[in-house]
Amino acid sequence: MPLETILDIKNVSKIYQSGNHSLTVLKDINFSITKGETVAITGPSGSGKTTLLGLCAGLDQASTGSVTLNGIQLNTLTEDQRAAVRNQNVGFIFQNFQLLPTLTALENVMVPLELRGEKNSKIHAMELLNKVGLADRASHYPVQLSGGEQQRVSLARAFSNKPALLFADEPTGNLDAETSEKIIKLLFDLNKDAGTTLIIVTHDLDLAERTNRIIKIKGGEIITNESIAHGK
Amino acid sequence: MVNNEIPKQKIGFSWLLTMAWRDSRKNRSRLFLFISSIVLGIAALVAIYSFKDNLQRDIDQQAKELTGADLILESRKIIADTILKSIEKLGDDQAQERAFASMVYFIKSGGSRLIQVKALQGKYPFYGSIETQPIAAAKSFQKGRNALVDQTLMLQYNAKVGDSIKIGNLNFEISGKLEKAPGQTGIAASVAPIVYIPLQYLAETGLTQIGSRITYRYYYQFRSAEILESTLKNFEPKFEKEGLSIETVESKKEQTGKSFRDLSRFLALAGFIALLLGCIGVGSAIHVYIQEKLSTIATLRCLGLKAKHAFLIYVTQIAIIGLIGAILGAFLGTLIQFLLPLVLKDFLPVEINMQISWLAIAQGIILGLIISILFALPSLLAVRKISPLNAIRASFENQQIKRDPLKWLVYCLMLVFVFGFTYLQMKSVIQTVAFTLAILIALLLLMLLSKLLLFLVKKFLPETLSYLWRQGFANLYRPNNQTLMLTVAIGLSTTFIGTLFFIQNILVQRVTLSSSANQPNMVMFDIQQSQKEELNKLTQAYNLPLMNQVPIITMRIEEINGKKLGADSSKRNESRGEIRATYQDTLTAAEKITEGVWTNKVASTENAPIYVSLEQTYAKRINVKLKDKILFNVQGMLIPTVVGSIREVNWGSFQTNFRVVFPTGVLEAAPQFFVLMTKVPSKEISAKYQSDVVTKFPNVSMIDLELILKLLDELLSKISFVIKFMAGFSMATGWIVLLSSVLTSKNQRIKESILLRTLGASKKQILIINAVEYFFLGVFATAAGLILALTGSWLLAKFSFDASFSPPLLPIAVLFGTVVSLVVITGVSSTRGILNQPPLKILRNES
Repeated sequence: MPLETILDIKNVSKIYQSGNHSLTVLKDINFSITKGETVAITGPSGSGKTTLLGLCAGLDQASTGSVTLNGIQLNTLTEDQRAAVRNQNVGFIFQNFQLLPTLTALENVMVPLELRGEKNSKIHAMELLNKVGLADRASHYPVQLSGGEQQRVSLARAFSNKPALLFADEPTGNLDAETSEKIIKLLFDLNKDAGTTLIIVTHDLDLAERTNRIIKIKGGEIITNESIAHGK
Repeated sequence: MVNNEIPKQKIGFSWLLTMAWRDSRKNRSRLFLFISSIVLGIAALVAIYSFKDNLQRDIDQQAKELTGADLILESRKIIADTILKSIEKLGDDQAQERAFASMVYFIKSGGSRLIQVKALQGKYPFYGSIETQPIAAAKSFQKGRNALVDQTLMLQYNAKVGDSIKIGNLNFEISGKLEKAPGQTGIAASVAPIVYIPLQYLAETGLTQIGSRITYRYYYQFRSAEILESTLKNFEPKFEKEGLSIETVESKKEQTGKSFRDLSRFLALAGFIALLLGCIGVGSAIHVYIQEKLSTIATLRCLGLKAKHAFLIYVTQIAIIGLIGAILGAFLGTLIQFLLPLVLKDFLPVEINMQISWLAIAQGIILGLIISILFALPSLLAVRKISPLNAIRASFENQQIKRDPLKWLVYCLMLVFVFGFTYLQMKSVIQTVAFTLAILIALLLLMLLSKLLLFLVKKFLPETLSYLWRQGFANLYRPNNQTLMLTVAIGLSTTFIGTLFFIQNILVQRVTLSSSANQPNMVMFDIQQSQKEELNKLTQAYNLPLMNQVPIITMRIEEINGKKLGADSSKRNESRGEIRATYQDTLTAAEKITEGVWTNKVASTENAPIYVSLEQTYAKRINVKLKDKILFNVQGMLIPTVVGSIREVNWGSFQTNFRVVFPTGVLEAAPQFFVLMTKVPSKEISAKYQSDVVTKFPNVSMIDLELILKLLDELLSKISFVIKFMAGFSMATGWIVLLSSVLTSKNQRIKESILLRTLGASKKQILIINAVEYFFLGVFATAAGLILALTGSWLLAKFSFDASFSPPLLPIAVLFGTVVSLVVITGVSSTRGILNQPPLKILRNES
């Protein structure tokens, strides 16, 4: 049985226009990711990693080329249509956690479920908090949690809508080594359980090597796209 | 496989409400502070609307007490016998009155003053009462040679019940102290105090000679409304033809209500300015609030929230907070309305029974809701444009959000709202346009001045200044600065308060000026031709100059361009009344010919045309142009004239001015009386001279400029109290807007202050940086506001009051100092709180 493609990037470029000057951030990017795969996008600062993540996740529109996410072509959609696609198909983990400061940990996890119109969002969110070991901190606000705890809430939120694709933007960038290790373990465990496709943008080569594939970009172009053989 | 089937999202209002509630946590106190800017404006409007409703209801209920009769017929001239016979039979009960201005002489104290004499016969008022002390005096004074004397007058001349006064040739005994006449306001009593005497003694006073300006009033009581109605139907055309004015309970109700509508319109506009100030505060505060919400909104968008839903969450939030603010404002306004009758008591003709007006409360709440949403909308619309990319890329927020055409629609709606609301108050398009334009121009000027300040500070900030000063100044133009907002808020409230104060000053100054130099300060009128020489001699005996001695001849217009006045109803009312004209050979200093040629003497040839000169606004009112023919009826004699010139008259000058001026050689033989002006050097001479004139010429009335100044001062201080009361709302709102802006900008400043402290800056140094910023902002905004106020007042003085305007320096300095101090104290005290805590604690709370 052929492997199902979950993300297909074809001839994608991103050009920012500033007055008379144009800045090409991504040039003719091509790759595809199959369902259940874990992929790391690495590269130096300013290489276009985050821009690429934004395009893959439907946060932004490519200047040229096409992005197909879970069978839906994003290029032709409006921002609101892409929002609906994100809600149904995509989960996010951010470097600075991006928890909503005025919502409790539980409410933060509930938001994607509520947006989908799920009825048992509270029970489901509580289960996820339990999974990340934060059931007892459900009613705490982000400011009352440590960085590691905040990222765990963020993980619970990312998995809450059972996404087909999970995007993690430097998930350990704001954490110490010990906490980072715990978060990465949790991320891969949850990913394995849910069978989600995971795309991580990172500087951290150790983290990148734990994925199935590493796409290296530099100056807005893919320089390598290699699968990693894990000695299992 | 590409399917492009977009998942459906079903988001209900209840979820938006929940998110609005959740998102407002930890920000509620700030949101309330933003909205508190409109609380006072709404409170002012609800108080005024409630007061208006209550006043209207009380006028309706007490209208009979206001008129004291079912029907009042009034004439400025003796009523023809034929008419008199028919009106004598009207009604179930009747009373009559002659009212005119005259001098009263207090025999015991020797004081004299111009008063309003009301000679009464009959049981008037039929409804309500003349309130006197003792109470019985109101009914019994007509039985003998008694008088009811206004209480302020009795106080002024230290008179008691039982003392005697002289009116004309006759002495009266004061049988009661007059506390309130029907429909009379406190202000009217102090401007023209009333003395009631019995009508039967009027003739003996000798005050009813030719030239006396007497108003004849006939009061009727009708027990049956139908009879009153049929009477009016039968007699109205006849009465109108004879120049009799008719007043009924209904017309009085309408007229009183109308005059108080003007007052409440003015008050509502003053309240509206406070509200507008609050709106600007709300708009700006919400702008900063939404900027702080950028990351939250971007994250929600990443999670799949649609733009319109993000927008609706914040609209709901602002609407709920706005509604709470409006309810608070309405509640406060309902409490304040009980203060308004105290503030306005001198202007009210009826007793006000204040009750809660649900209509006013509803109007206030709806207005508050509309205004808080409308003025928050420009910032809220930006929520739709916030990209989810902000969640992963902090620098993205610095990208310019594309221009949103809906924003311009909202700005137009704001303008329409201001225009519409003003129109509802003013009911005049021209006034509404003027008011809206004035507000718009003030706003634009303040915004331009603020931009100019930013430009100048940025461009010319000297490098040599110490770090603390440079940092303080730089705060004015750095991102998320509050310069524009604070300049507009502080500037606009200073403009409003300053203008009110300066106008009051112009009015007082204008009268004070006319009392200086060689201007006359005493005027005598109703001087009979036979008394002229004798009075001149008496005046000269006191070494007083004879100034501006002019003849006055009463007349009516019979025809204009050959048309009888009755035939042309369009100008009938304006020109039908009695005219007081004069003749002179030279123009006075207060007159200037604007059209035609001034003729000083009628030509000696037979049938030579008589060229008269008309005052320009009067000519316009009666629709008469140069060369038009006017036939005057000078006490029975018809005189054909031609309009030879149109004059501009400075009515503000303290001298007699006339609408119609004849050349010499026409009216010299007509029955006439004279006006004489003089300048009395001291109060002592004035009292002695007045007393002598009143004794020797009882029919001559005198106006003492000292008295007018005193009255005007009294009147203006009462009016200015009302104005200050309303301006108080703007001041308080201005301060709340200032406080909320300072607290908003505080959040922008916190991190930086902490960073500076971490780098080793002392508490004092940070306070100095903030003090420099707020001091300069305060100085600039207040100065901008004062410049606008001074310019506005100067324009009003020049074009509206025709007066000179010299800015009162001390009050300007006091206002300036107060506002600047308030800005600095508010600004610096908000920083102190941050500096007293360890940097780490605040950093953690802010993260």
